Amino acid sequence: MCCSSGCAPLGAFKVLKAFEEAVKEFGVERECKVAKTGCVGTCSVGPAVVIEPGDFLYQNVTPETAREIVRDHIVLGLPMKDMLYGNKAFFEKQHRLVLRNAGKIDPSRIQDYIAMGGYSGIVKCLATMTPQGVIYEIATSGLRGRGGAGFPTGQKWGLVARSHDTPKYIVANLDEGDPGVFANRTLAEADPHAILEGMLIAAYAIKAEKGYLYIRSEYPLAIQTLQRAIAQAKSISLLGDNVLDTGFKFDVELRFGAGAFVAGEETAILASVEGRRAMPRPRPPYPANSGLWGKPTLIQNVETLANIPIIIQNGGAWFSKIGTPRCTGTKCFSLTGKTNNPGLIEVPMGITLREVVFDIGGGVPDGRTFKAVLVGGPSGGCLPDTLLELPIDYDSLTRVGAIMGSGGIVVLDDESCMVDTAKFFTEFCVDESCGRCTPCRAGLTRVKEIFDGITTGNSRMEDIATLEKSGVYIRDASLCGLGQTAPNPVLTTLRYFRDEYVEHIRDKTCRAGKCFKKEEEV
Amino acid sequence: MSNDDSRRAMLEKVMKDHGYQESALLEILHKAQELYGYLDKELLMDISGSLNLPPSHVFGVATFYSFFKLKRSGEHVITGCMGTACYVKGADEILKAVEREYNIKRGESTPDGKLSLLVTRCIGACAMAPTIIVDDEVIAKATKEVVLQRIKQVLGGT
Repeated sequence: MCCSSGCAPLGAFKVLKAFEEAVKEFGVERECKVAKTGCVGTCSVGPAVVIEPGDFLYQNVTPETAREIVRDHIVLGLPMKDMLYGNKAFFEKQHRLVLRNAGKIDPSRIQDYIAMGGYSGIVKCLATMTPQGVIYEIATSGLRGRGGAGFPTGQKWGLVARSHDTPKYIVANLDEGDPGVFANRTLAEADPHAILEGMLIAAYAIKAEKGYLYIRSEYPLAIQTLQRAIAQAKSISLLGDNVLDTGFKFDVELRFGAGAFVAGEETAILASVEGRRAMPRPRPPYPANSGLWGKPTLIQNVETLANIPIIIQNGGAWFSKIGTPRCTGTKCFSLTGKTNNPGLIEVPMGITLREVVFDIGGGVPDGRTFKAVLVGGPSGGCLPDTLLELPIDYDSLTRVGAIMGSGGIVVLDDESCMVDTAKFFTEFCVDESCGRCTPCRAGLTRVKEIFDGITTGNSRMEDIATLEKSGVYIRDASLCGLGQTAPNPVLTTLRYFRDEYVEHIRDKTCRAGKCFKKEEEV
Repeated sequence: MSNDDSRRAMLEKVMKDHGYQESALLEILHKAQELYGYLDKELLMDISGSLNLPPSHVFGVATFYSFFKLKRSGEHVITGCMGTACYVKGADEILKAVEREYNIKRGESTPDGKLSLLVTRCIGACAMAPTIIVDDEVIAKATKEVVLQRIKQVLGGT
C-alpha cells in the first residue's frame, strides 16, 4: 500500500486500515501481510495498492473496494481485472534502478532494505575494495551528477579525495526546490537507506567522517522517514564511530532548508548548512578544495547517491551499458501538467521526448492538442512538437536550450499561453533570486516588467529584441546556475513560439485566452 | 510554569543541544517557529543574544528564507501551491476566488485574524495538481467550489 505524500491526501491511510480489517475479517493474516510502502509512481490514480506475487497494481482504491480486493483476490484468488491499472506502457518503457525498491519495500524497516541486497555495497567496499578502487569503479560507470549540471561523479570524487586538507565533508542535496518536481522526495520516502548507503560509500572513497543531508522543510514525511532510517542505521552500527567493526567512521546529520530555491546551488547550500543566508559565491575555490568551513566537501544530489550502491554491487562496466555512451544510467522524471498519466517515472538516458510524453504519459487529456513540453523546471526550456524525437540526455537538452535540471517534465496543451508560461517562470526566478549579482537581480526584474507590458497590451515590437538581448546577458553574466539558466524559458519560447509574442504585441490577442484579462473576468 | 516559560525552556534546550553554534541557526529558527508560530522581533533579539550573533545576522537569515514567518498567521491558514504543475492546472484561478471571497490578498490575513492566505512554491504533490492546503489537510485535484466550501466549513468550526 503506497503511503507516500502522493497517495496520503487521497485517503491512503483509511484504505490501509480497511485492508488490515479485511485481512482479519477473512482470517487470512497468515497468508497476507499488509505493508506500507513508498511510491509506485502512478500518483494520478492513487491510492495505489500492489499485490504480490504477480505485481498486481490496483488503482483508485477506496476503503470499500479494499474489502472486495481482499475477498476476491486474496481469498478467492480472482484478481479484479477492471480495477487494475491498465496502462502497460507506463511501466514497459521505464527502467527502475534508483527506484528499484520504491513501492516494493516498507521504507520504515531497514530489514526490508537489507533483504533486497541493501548495504551489501558498503560491505563489499569495506571488505574488498580500496578507496581508489571505489572511485575507479564509479568513474568507469560513467555516472554523472543528477542534480542537473551533469558533472562526472567519479571525477568529482577524485578531486575531493586528492585534496590534502582534513576533515572532509559530504553534503547530500535534497533541497528539491524546483516547483513541479518530486523525484527526490519520492526517493527519500520510498527508499531512504539507498541514499544513506550511497553517502557511506562516498565517505569511504573520499575519507570523509561527517555527512549532512540537507532537506526541504516542506517535505515532512520524507524528513520523518530519513530520521528513522538514520536511527536504525546507527543502531546496527552502519553509521557511527566504528562502522561494522572496521574502524571506519561516518555519521549523518539532517539539516533543514527553509524555502529558498537558490539553496540547491552548491555554494549556496554550503552557506545554508553553515547557518547563513543561502547566497552563492564565486568559484574557484571549488567546494572540492574549500567547501564547508573551508574544508574539502563533496556535494551530491541524493539521486546520484542512490545510484552508487548498485554500481558497486554490479560493477561500473555493467552500469555503463545502460543509457547512452556519454550519458549512462537512468534518470527520474516528475511527469506533470496536461498529461494523462502524471507521476514519477525512471527512464534510461536517451529515451525520446515522444516516448515519455505519449507512450508513458499517454498523451494529452480532454481531447486537447499537445503544444509544448517544458523540460528542466523553472529554468528549463519549452520545446515544441518538432523536437519530440529528441533523445533525453544532458548534451541533447543543452543543445536545444533546455536543461536536465532536476528532472521536471511538464506537458502543456493548447490552453497554455507560451508568453504567460515564460512570464510565470520569470516571476519565480525574480522571487528566488538571492540578489547578490546584478544581471540576475536587476536583469530578471526588467524582463518581468517587459512581460507585464506584453500581457496587458502595453508593448512594442522592439520588446522582443530587448528580451532576447537581456536573456543572453543574464545567462552569460550571472554568478550562479540560477541566473545562468533563468532566461531559458524566455529564450526557448522566443525561439520556438515567436508567433505568440508577435500576436500579443501586434494584435493584442492571446490564442489561449490567458492574457489581457481584467481582474473581474478571472 | 507559564506556557511562555515552558516554550522558552524548550527553545533553550535546543540551543544548548546545538552548543549555541552559529551553524545551527536555521535549526533553532525552525524550532522557535514551531513553538511560537511565528518569529517576532523580541524572539529574534533573544536568539541573537543567546547565540552571540549580531541581530542583523539573525534578521538577515530569518528574512531570507520564505519558510520563516515574521507575522502572526490567522487562526486558519489556507496555503495555495503555486508550483508549475499546479499553475498549469489552474491554481491561480482558485486563489483569486479565495481572495475575492474574503477580500484579502496572498500573504495577508483577514482583519479579524480568522483566516490567512499563503502561497507556497511547491509541496511536491504535483501529480494531484492543483493542491490547496486548508490548515493541515491537503486537498488534491482541488476546484474553486471544493476549496471555498472547505474554508467555509473550517471557519464554521467543522
